[in-house]
Amino acid sequence: MDLDQILSEPNFLSWFGRDDYGRDIFYRLIDGFLNSFEIILFVTIISSVTGVVIGIFSGYFGGRLDQCVRYVTTLFMSFPGILLAIAFAAILTPGKFNLVLALSIGGWVGYARLARAQTVLVKNLEFVKASESMGSSHTWIITQHIFPSLLTPLIVEATYAVAGLIIAEASLSFLGLGLQAPEASWGGMMRDSVRFLLISPHYAIFVGLSIMSLVYCVNFFGDYLHRKWDIKNEG
Amino acid sequence: MKNNFSIIILSAFFQVLGIFFITFMILHLLPGDPVQVMLGESAAIADQEKLRVELGLDQPIYKQMINSFVQVMQGDFGNSILTRTPIKERLISAMQNTYMLAIFALFIALFFGIIGGIFSAKYKDTILDKIITNLSLFFISIPHFFLGPLLMLFLSIWLGWLPVSGMDSPFSIVLPAFTLALGMLAIVIKMTRNCMIEIMNSDAVRTARAKGMTEWAITIHYVFRLVLIPLITIIGMQFGSLLSGAVITETLFSWNGLGMLLVNSIQMRDYPITQACIFVIAISYVFVNLVTEIFYKLVDPRMRDG
Repeated sequence: MDLDQILSEPNFLSWFGRDDYGRDIFYRLIDGFLNSFEIILFVTIISSVTGVVIGIFSGYFGGRLDQCVRYVTTLFMSFPGILLAIAFAAILTPGKFNLVLALSIGGWVGYARLARAQTVLVKNLEFVKASESMGSSHTWIITQHIFPSLLTPLIVEATYAVAGLIIAEASLSFLGLGLQAPEASWGGMMRDSVRFLLISPHYAIFVGLSIMSLVYCVNFFGDYLHRKWDIKNEG
Repeated sequence: MKNNFSIIILSAFFQVLGIFFITFMILHLLPGDPVQVMLGESAAIADQEKLRVELGLDQPIYKQMINSFVQVMQGDFGNSILTRTPIKERLISAMQNTYMLAIFALFIALFFGIIGGIFSAKYKDTILDKIITNLSLFFISIPHFFLGPLLMLFLSIWLGWLPVSGMDSPFSIVLPAFTLALGMLAIVIKMTRNCMIEIMNSDAVRTARAKGMTEWAITIHYVFRLVLIPLITIIGMQFGSLLSGAVITETLFSWNGLGMLLVNSIQMRDYPITQACIFVIAISYVFVNLVTEIFYKLVDPRMRDG
């Protein structure tokens, strides 16, 4: 810890200045990014796989199962935004694994709704009907016809979901429910920086700008994919 | 039509049941013994037993669920573990503060959003339109926890116009409300703009123009009224993000609402309050959605038999 450097303003040696322990904010942001990346990667894998499997089964087979899934998804969606994640982060001990768990609990719902809507749509198209009448098995239809048709909207959905997750993860850390002190996280840095807003606004501004630009880029990429593949809003 | 409404209300009721079930389970999903988690492991056995009986944890789980459901329906959320006072009073004052904030933010978003959207559509592809669309893109990607400090920095610390945080002066509401509103404002602008442009090219508007109505009269009489319908949907959908955004905003500005009560209760491990807050926030969201859905069907005749 370097006492002279505490909260020092940006200069050539440390581009974004230093934080309240004299650490370089730029390198701290990189550490935080790597942590966020790891968490968001796992959340995305877990929630997309769960969501898509549930969505396809519910849309393809319909009936009781479908009603059940629809009820559960509407139920989960009645907890606005990160409320569900807050609830579960509150009862679990803070840490990387539990953070992934808390974010995944609400995360699968969007994927499930999308997969279900798309499956219902594709299931009734002629080529699937034709394949069915030629005696294809359910497994064949799902893996060869339905899943490929799902892939592009899914990737776009995942891109937007990642943008949401960056903010959600940072929000949880901001509230003190995410990664804890020695570990770097963008939300945690934001929380620290607000305390020093009066004396060193550069801390808050650089952390905030980094989060914002990342979210902006991911959203922009999502928009690009959306336009490129010309996806209609379904479900 | 009556049938239609009863289905909506019934499904909302089932949603309330589900929300109750999930919030009820929060206490039971705690790793280990909830009483020990809340009181600490060193607490006296007698105290632990007392709390266990008070929370009803000594009874079988289905009985606990029925009892607490009856209590919640009567508006009784039990006592706080820390202060031993009924949660209800604190919850009601927190609810008032949060709703005040949310409604104020809603008005800001609608007022500036509709005006911005109308101007942006009327002067499509001009510099004004570009400024408005780009600003709204900026607003939509800025998270609450950064916008808040930014507004604080500019308006309170550097310009000294508004109080930084707290609830002492009547102007305290301005900063948190704007922080909360800007994201929604951007969505309202975008929607108003797109919707207006679509309607401006419709046959009805062309006829009105042919009749010789002035442009602004057409905007107010034809276009604006049609834009109102999708706006209702937006309000319903976005109210949830207002409520969840309130958690961050209230913590940031020390606004004594549901969000701050929730975060504080989590830090204090006062889980009955946590449960109550989550329940109330989710219920408000369901309620707003219910109201907008009914309103939507009343306003738009096409939706009635849908």
